[in-house]
This record gives sequence, structure tokens and C-alpha cells, in this order.
Amino acid sequence: MKDLSSHIMDIVQNSIRAEATEIIVRILENPEQDVFLLTVRDNGCGMDKMTLEKVRDPFFTSRTVRKVGLGIPLLQQNAERTGGKVTIISKQGKGTTIEASFGHAHLDRPPLGDIAEMITLLVAANPKIHFIYKHTTNNGPYRFDTEEIKQILEGIPPSHPEILPVLQNMIRENLKDIRADRTVIQKIYFEN
Amino acid sequence: MEKIKSLADLKKIRDNVQAKIDLREKSEHPENLIQIKVAMATCGIAAGSKETMNYFLNNLEKNGIEAIVTQTDCMGHCFAEPTIEITKPGKEPIVFGHVDCAKAEEIIQKYLKSNELVEGIIPIN
Repeated sequence: MKDLSSHIMDIVQNSIRAEATEIIVRILENPEQDVFLLTVRDNGCGMDKMTLEKVRDPFFTSRTVRKVGLGIPLLQQNAERTGGKVTIISKQGKGTTIEASFGHAHLDRPPLGDIAEMITLLVAANPKIHFIYKHTTNNGPYRFDTEEIKQILEGIPPSHPEILPVLQNMIRENLKDIRADRTVIQKIYFEN
Repeated sequence: MEKIKSLADLKKIRDNVQAKIDLREKSEHPENLIQIKVAMATCGIAAGSKETMNYFLNNLEKNGIEAIVTQTDCMGHCFAEPTIEITKPGKEPIVFGHVDCAKAEEIIQKYLKSNELVEGIIPIN
């Protein structure tokens, strides 16, 4: 996976398979402490203890059409090579939370990629799922909620070719405002 | 494109679009519409299914095709990603492999518009 957006899409696909109706994608950037935190939480079917133990194994998958499952192992590999880790909490019948941490300034951390495109694609392809995307940096928070969007759109599907780019644009403009201030990191490097 | 930032801006755009289209409740009769499912598992995403999906979302309306585009899981044809499954009303689903944007355009022009089959169909055993 070349960027974190692709990872998010991959992990969210797991939530969709788990028949989640609400999926929360949260990104927390804290350059002061060199932390980039990515969380995907769903209210899907969850996993039992045995599945949870095996889910990091690339030769485990719950599907029957193929014998490997690389989504979580690839995410874990990328997190660990930047000094981070992947934590998974799951309760059967309640849902799953998967959290990946990365070194914010680490050279091996994949870029976030086009998160606005990724979120809008997910929203367009899964009209029945309630998506919440929260992004917080040292310059403030941004929150995107499909329930709010649906109320505004009053019946026009978000996948409409004239609406989709507008949503993308809206997310991009808002993210510009809270772009993480990385000068703090440069300061830390220069002062030491 | 003008700058859109708040939900109020979105509302304005929405009202403009509303004036232009006649609102069909797509979700009410999904069985009467063409269904396009894009495989979006690890293998699909790595092979570029995001671009494929974007292409369909942006180009169907232009070609006057009414369809529902959704994402689905890996169909087991990881070697041929990006793969898509198209179900026309009353017909058997057909799976197409190696669907990049050029192939997507070919599928729109040939299979969706004039019911002509294209190369790259994955047979179902």
C-alpha cells in the first residue's frame, strides 16, 4: 500500500464485511510527540478470541475465495517500521477497533495520500453506512459526518457526479486549515 | 470550481443540482438498475481499483447510463485485479478482469451501451 488512505480503505472493507452500520475513521496528528495515530472503529459483528489471535497472520483469512489475508499484516508492517504498532480490540456482537500508530516524522511513514477522495468513495459506494471521519492536528479538529451531509442533500445521493467532487473539495479545504505544523519537529531536531 | 468549505456552501450546490435533475429514488428499485460492483479488498486496492471506481462514478451519467456503483470484497481473482462484476437487470452477473480506466471506458461503450461483450471476462466454473 503506497499511502495511508489505501490502508484505511482496506481496513474499512473489513468493517463492511462485518456488516457494520457505523464506521468511525479517526486520525490524530501530534508532531510535538512525533505521533501519527490512525483508528478505525466499527459496530460490526466483531471477532471471537481465536480469530483475533490469528488476524495478524498473513496466511489467515475468514474468506473462502483465497487463502491469504494481507490487510492487517501490511498495515502492521508499515506501522512497526516507523516505530509504531497495531492494536486490535474486538468484542463479538459489539464491534472492532483497530488502531495503528506511526512515527510522524519517520521517513518510512507512508504519506496520508488523498484522504478526501478515499472518504467520498466509501460514502458513495456504501450509502447505507454511517461514516464519521475525524481528523485532529496541532492546528485543530475537523469532523465529517455522513448524517449531516445526508440532511443537507435531502435525497440527492452523495454519489451524484456533481456532488461527489464538491464533497471532496469541502474535505480538502477544511484539511488545509488544520494542516499539522511540522516546524515543531524541525525545532526539536535543531535544538538538540 | 468555487471554494466550498462549510455545510452552507454544500447546501447551495445541492440546490443548484436539484434544479437540474429529476430525482429518481434509485434505492427503491435497485433490481431495475444495472449493478456495478468493484472489488475493493487488499488485492484490488493495490492494483488500483480506486481509480476504476472513480471512473465509473464520474462517467456513467455522462453516457446516460443509470447504474448503482458499489464496492465489494475480493472475488478470488486476485491475479486479474481490478475486477468488477456487472449485473444487468434480469441477466446473469458477469465478472471482468484487469479493469483499468481504459477498459472501464470500453465496457461502458460496448457492454453497457450496446450489449456487446468485451475481452477480459472471467468465466464462472
